[in-house]
Amino acid sequence: MNIVVLVKLVPDLVEELNIDPSGAALDMSWLRLIINEFDDHASEEAILLKERGGGQVTAVAPEYEGVDEVLFTAAARGADRLIKITGDFVAANNHALARACASVIEGLQPDLVLTGVQANNDLDGPVGPTLAECLGMPYVGYVSGVTVNDGKVTARKEYPGGLIAEMEVTLPAVLGIQAAEQPPRYVAVSKVRMVMKTATIEERAADALDASGGPAVGRMFQPEAAAHAEMITGSPDEVADKLVSIFKEVGVL
Amino acid sequence: MSQDIFVVVEHLRGQVADISYVMLAAARELSKGIGGNVVAVLLGHKAEGLAGSPSAGSPVPAALAQAGQCLAADQVLYLDHPALADFTSDAYQKALAGLISEKQPRAVLFGNTSIGADVASGLSIKLGLPLVSSCRSFSADGKFVSQICGGKIMAEGDLPSPTALVTMVPGGYKPEAGQSAQAPALTRLEVAGLDALRVSLTKYIEPEAGDVDISKEPLLIAVGRGIQQQDNIQLAEDLAQAMGGVVCGSRPVIDQGWLATSRLVGKSGKHVKPKVYLALGISGAPEHAEAITDSDMIIAINTDPKAPIFDIAKYGTETDLFDLIDPLIEKVKAAKG
Repeated sequence: MNIVVLVKLVPDLVEELNIDPSGAALDMSWLRLIINEFDDHASEEAILLKERGGGQVTAVAPEYEGVDEVLFTAAARGADRLIKITGDFVAANNHALARACASVIEGLQPDLVLTGVQANNDLDGPVGPTLAECLGMPYVGYVSGVTVNDGKVTARKEYPGGLIAEMEVTLPAVLGIQAAEQPPRYVAVSKVRMVMKTATIEERAADALDASGGPAVGRMFQPEAAAHAEMITGSPDEVADKLVSIFKEVGVL
Repeated sequence: MSQDIFVVVEHLRGQVADISYVMLAAARELSKGIGGNVVAVLLGHKAEGLAGSPSAGSPVPAALAQAGQCLAADQVLYLDHPALADFTSDAYQKALAGLISEKQPRAVLFGNTSIGADVASGLSIKLGLPLVSSCRSFSADGKFVSQICGGKIMAEGDLPSPTALVTMVPGGYKPEAGQSAQAPALTRLEVAGLDALRVSLTKYIEPEAGDVDISKEPLLIAVGRGIQQQDNIQLAEDLAQAMGGVVCGSRPVIDQGWLATSRLVGKSGKHVKPKVYLALGISGAPEHAEAITDSDMIIAINTDPKAPIFDIAKYGTETDLFDLIDPLIEKVKAAKG
């Protein structure tokens, strides 16, 4: 079983987000990037599949600042091979990214490609189904469980309200992972450092990026809320007093 | 090429999803600006009743009409095929690819859901058509307004040409605005090419029943990423016990295995409507926010003053929940005597 997991980095939403001087894009210059949390789950699911049924896991990531550490972390978890796709992806949309990754992933002849179901900066659809179509593979997203059996996978697809649809998918296929079957395993920094000494990251240059199919943005802005909470300030004791009086007022105490 | 706006109706096991009505409402707004008809596209098998359109021997249309829940569209295009009885990405995508390339509408709206998001991207690549995702509303002059970065950033732009594929999130329009007491006319279309399908539905698995049904609880203590670690869940449990409420959580907390799946509030979990929803360390990302807006009162505790949760909360505080929770439990206990 040849499994490829595609991971990308996204803005850390804990940080302050700013619009750049063009007014139509995020200011990326000081923005901290972190692994897309759904890709982190995809990475965990890939390792779980390998542990259960054997095979090889290749972690593929387009180049961003900090991507080496993300790839080495994947290796520390159990990925066998690391590939960085080099190019300027900072402002690339998912159409461009999927096309660039497809040309590399195709050469790896995967049986199964896992990636996160979505990312916080998707504006032209998620990467997974875009990549699947570029590769001519079927796609199922919102997956929170995968079983491999004989040329097919059974994917547990989530619907609202906790309903699950069990889908049978012919391989090779791309799955968009919502959640791994167990939380992404913690890897100590010391272990990542050790892996850095032995593991190597292979580099593949992306072809010229083709962003067609993504929308042009005329303006980006921070939403102005129609309403805002009445803020309670003061010491923790004072805030607690105020909350208790609200609870009493609405009759839940 | 037409100015028509297609809405791909989402339905699951015989129920039209709310997002379908939201999209119809959006399409009606958009059609005011750019012209064209609002066309509901229904894929299924023996599913014409879902449109509220008359069909032989089905009591469903009359009931929908009576409830005012027919699809508010100028017409319904109905693609009927056994392979479309339940949603699968492969069959839906193939059926829609044929329809869109033949009719060439101005826009096709999908839900940004586990149905729509699975097929819109593939169609974009296959048909060479532009795709806009996470659209919340359209401006009067037909621009898309999408929400990204957990609802912290909005992106606006011209509706791309020639046919814009758009996935929509809830929040911009009320579902009622996409409902009608008038049943739309329905045209049945032949679907070809639904063979050699690579995805099939094996079965549905019902959600596991929890010890409590959070959608019926009047007081919910909700924990999010801000709770930081598993041990801290106990703090929320202690507060819930003191107040007589129930603990629930957002996606990151459930994915960590810190709370049972039956306690998940959000797009993929339960929609809740308590008297009080006390949110501890929840940012209020759109996927979570859409599931709590029917609460009578939201109170948010979050150290990030820009957290979107404060935009939908009645009361809020930036006090650190770890400083606040002990005095709060004490005072709640004192108040209860």
